[in-house]
Amino acid sequence: MTEVPTKRPATGRRKVELDPRLAAYKGVWVFIEHERGTTHPVSWELLGEARKLADQLGAEVGAVVLGEPGNAIREACHETFRYGADICYLIEDPVLASYRNEPYTVGLTHLVDKFKPEILLLGATTLGRDLGGSIATTLATGLTADCTELTIDPENRSLAATRPTFGGSLLCTIQTLNYRPQMATVRPRVMHMPERGSPRSGRLIEETLGVIEESIITKVLEYIPDEQQDQAQLAYADIIVSGGRGLKRPENFQLIWDLAKVLGAEVGATRPLIQAGWVSADRQVGQTGKTVRPKLYIAAGISGAIQHRVGMESSDVIIAINEDPNAQIFDFATYGIVGNAMQILPALTDAFRIYGATARRAG
Amino acid sequence: MHIVVCIKQVPDSAQIRVHPVSNTIMRQGVPAIVNPYDLFALEEALRLKDRYGGRVTVLCMGPSQADAALRKALSFGADEAILLSDRAFAGSDTLATSYALAAAIQRIHVDMPVDLVFAGKQTIDGDTAQVGPGIAKRLNLQLLTYVSKIDALDLDRKEIVIHRRAEGGVQVLKTRLPCLVTVLEGINEMRFATMDDMFRAARHPLEVWDKVAAGIEDLSKIGLKGSPTVVAKVFAPHPKARKAERIEVHGDAPKDLVATLLTKLFTHHPQLEREIAARLA
Amino acid sequence: MSEQFDVIVIGAGPSGNAAAYTAAKAGMKVLQIERGESPGSKNVQGAILYSDALEKIIPDFRDDAPLERHLIEQRMWMLDDDSYVGSTYRSQAFNSPPYNRYTIIRAQFDKWFSKRVQDAGALTICETTVLGLHMDGDRVVGVKTDRVGGSVYADAVILADGVNSLLAKKAGFHAELQPRDVALAVKEIHFMPDTTIESRFNVGPQEGVAIEMAGKITQGMVGTGFLYTNAESLTIGVGCLLSDLRAQKITPHQLIEKMKEHPAIRPLLEGGEMKEYCAHLIPEGGYNAIPTISGAGWLMVGDAGMFVNSVHREGSNLAMTTGRLAAETLIELRAAGKDFTAANLARYRSKLDDSFVMKDLKKYRGMPGFLEKNPQFFTQYPELINRAAHTMLLVDGADKKSKERDIRQHFIRKRSRRGLIGDAFKFWRAFE
Repeated sequence: MTEVPTKRPATGRRKVELDPRLAAYKGVWVFIEHERGTTHPVSWELLGEARKLADQLGAEVGAVVLGEPGNAIREACHETFRYGADICYLIEDPVLASYRNEPYTVGLTHLVDKFKPEILLLGATTLGRDLGGSIATTLATGLTADCTELTIDPENRSLAATRPTFGGSLLCTIQTLNYRPQMATVRPRVMHMPERGSPRSGRLIEETLGVIEESIITKVLEYIPDEQQDQAQLAYADIIVSGGRGLKRPENFQLIWDLAKVLGAEVGATRPLIQAGWVSADRQVGQTGKTVRPKLYIAAGISGAIQHRVGMESSDVIIAINEDPNAQIFDFATYGIVGNAMQILPALTDAFRIYGATARRAG
Repeated sequence: MHIVVCIKQVPDSAQIRVHPVSNTIMRQGVPAIVNPYDLFALEEALRLKDRYGGRVTVLCMGPSQADAALRKALSFGADEAILLSDRAFAGSDTLATSYALAAAIQRIHVDMPVDLVFAGKQTIDGDTAQVGPGIAKRLNLQLLTYVSKIDALDLDRKEIVIHRRAEGGVQVLKTRLPCLVTVLEGINEMRFATMDDMFRAARHPLEVWDKVAAGIEDLSKIGLKGSPTVVAKVFAPHPKARKAERIEVHGDAPKDLVATLLTKLFTHHPQLEREIAARLA
Repeated sequence: MSEQFDVIVIGAGPSGNAAAYTAAKAGMKVLQIERGESPGSKNVQGAILYSDALEKIIPDFRDDAPLERHLIEQRMWMLDDDSYVGSTYRSQAFNSPPYNRYTIIRAQFDKWFSKRVQDAGALTICETTVLGLHMDGDRVVGVKTDRVGGSVYADAVILADGVNSLLAKKAGFHAELQPRDVALAVKEIHFMPDTTIESRFNVGPQEGVAIEMAGKITQGMVGTGFLYTNAESLTIGVGCLLSDLRAQKITPHQLIEKMKEHPAIRPLLEGGEMKEYCAHLIPEGGYNAIPTISGAGWLMVGDAGMFVNSVHREGSNLAMTTGRLAAETLIELRAAGKDFTAANLARYRSKLDDSFVMKDLKKYRGMPGFLEKNPQFFTQYPELINRAAHTMLLVDGADKKSKERDIRQHFIRKRSRRGLIGDAFKFWRAFE
């Protein structure tokens, strides 16, 4: 972990002459997270960013796809071109069917060593972080995690990755000057989903893995998919109703569920509620939980402290309900009601219900 | 069985104070705690020790005041505590950190073979989750991250079966020991240290290893020199320009407040209204 | 769990550390219990370190204690809204080692002090709260903590648990803390380069200045402010009697915000980055508020015993001294083979009486009452004094005699002749 609060900034005025070996690294790559026939949307978000970075560098965008052979993976390759990739590097092999650190590390390392990208981006999912940490160590290069902004430093054409630090209250910009590739992970939903363009052609480069199942030490015994109704699908929800400590008692959280049900919304919560066991950990919105950017975020009894704020402030519309007129959340919400959430939430639920009934009759 | 648990002392970001008037973040005076995620790892290791016997060694890389973190780990029941501390480590990013920790674990392994290395899923100050994977790579250990459950451990056959959280589901993985495990929060509930434990922890001699004691030979791989990433700048996030539009109604009855809110909401956000109407239908 | 100790010290602030260190150094088996995450984590202070008090405990503290600047200059300001009348004492005598007072940063200092305590042989545990005292009749025989197996027994218990000692209250050693016996103070630390501090305050490297302030900054309430120079930061703070704050419905945050805007103060803070902010209670009741401080098997030290000289803003030296004297009491009795009975432990009080601690507190025993009954010293005199100075220093063609008359008449108008004489007399008496 870069010790940000105590370390003095080391760059700025230093003009870096890139070692010619490293100057040979060109291209902005995105690791496409493809498993069990589907591609994680964060891959497209990253392709959008990669396109912007590549345009600034005058470089090409490469998409890296690893997985088991079949139609789904070929489809995914075509999709990468639609989202802006110029080249798609594909390794398909049965041993890559379910993510395991060893074969994926071998595959990605091989591609990087052979085709030398200057930037490699991965989604900060459990897979991306697992793989990213291994790859960065194998390649002995720099990796900046959970970035909120990626730009190119015009002075030295290197990646400037900005991420939160000190609990989210400050931001820092990190660069990997003398090592390649420059790696970064980005959480789902932090970058915009780009336009899915019309089908276009791109170059497909296929490589082989060269690893047999017998040599892989970790075995996948089973994959247990999450129950649809139990598991939260927060990251890509369009409407989220969220509760915080201002709800005072666990019984009151039911009011959040009620409102969410009427709106067909997802339910979220702040970290203290997770730690107190009111809801499962996958519903945590915030710096150490999920980043969300729904069309509507309703925050009840939430103070708006920075740890939660960074997880939801990009929502299109934020409605805040809090008893404390000085609560921080009123500094960045769209609409604010100063009042008792235990009264406002049921009123809101009723109002939406009535509105729904009216809309049905009218429509 | 011998488990090494890696812990880190971090500033308690939950206790960061905001100045009541100026709203600036107070960076000093934040108490240091053991990285909360590491405590789950420690508890998991202690539970395995309860079940299978053996020893738990806690390893922490940090400045001299990180000894408080180690004493806390000892108070929960760890058998040995090693502080990896050297000025040369200053300025280490995750690559340099994993190098130093891997070297230290290698040293520990020489004295007493290590079966498992545990760590928390990430730190609350760095949040990168990179050091665990980094250590595994360097020591050639199988890497199991985001572990939500340890299903089975067979010390004779040197095999472990775990549940690993993936997007949308759980992988059940089996691998060989030794391996490195990072655990998810909530995997267990931390035990409480008794008074006896506190005394034992306070009295326990801490081992402090500098780079030489840890067997680190390549100095270019530690500290600033060994850190590919550099911090270009640190700054405060731009405060959002807009403030919330307060819904205030004379009389302030919830029903009226809500009615006003919905009116405004639907008037200014017709797209959202359509979205909601569609869901309510 | 029945490990027996000679002494249990509750608290790891300056008084607790002083007591634990002294006792451990003399070979006693000492357990120190702190409820915060680390020693000093619950402590807040200005902060000034008084060498004299610490030298008597750790003579070589200067070798490695984290010290900010040694004070060579003391300024005392009486502030009006946008002016102040002040006096300064600066001396080269204060600039030759060994230095008499230093500014310190408590977080680092407490860590250092605690390490010394543990090196001396005391066992220090943190994150453990003492819930109550174990009694055998009237005698304290141990403590009960919030941990499993958390009862520990000792021959003596030293209560060093701070200004709001709930423990002492619970055990009936003293009554509920009165709002008029405590002040609520806030402080901020502003960081800036050492060279800026040195040029602004006219000192060299490692030299420091302390400014003690009174007047309009407390808006008529009983209280004081301060500004200290640390190595790379300034500490600024203000505090008022809790009873006054409550009556006026003003918060200390509001006071410090206004104070920072004062035209004499704002330039001193210019360019600084505020990085720390905290608040704490300070004992103000003085001599009359001191509770029972000893009994069978127990002694009370530091803020818990209300040992603060509010007139001179001295607290940490009294804390360390009372801690040391308490430990010395136990050591002497033990050496003489005597038991820790209430009668024997009363020796602690005699030691305090013989020292500057009680002597100073006794001297100023009338001060709290005096200030309570004479608000004019905070409501009127700052303005009167400043105005007088202004009148005298303004060269506007008026002759000096007229000016003097003007000042005199203004004083009389505001305070009446009788009032003035009374003020002078009472003021003299309060300091006697």
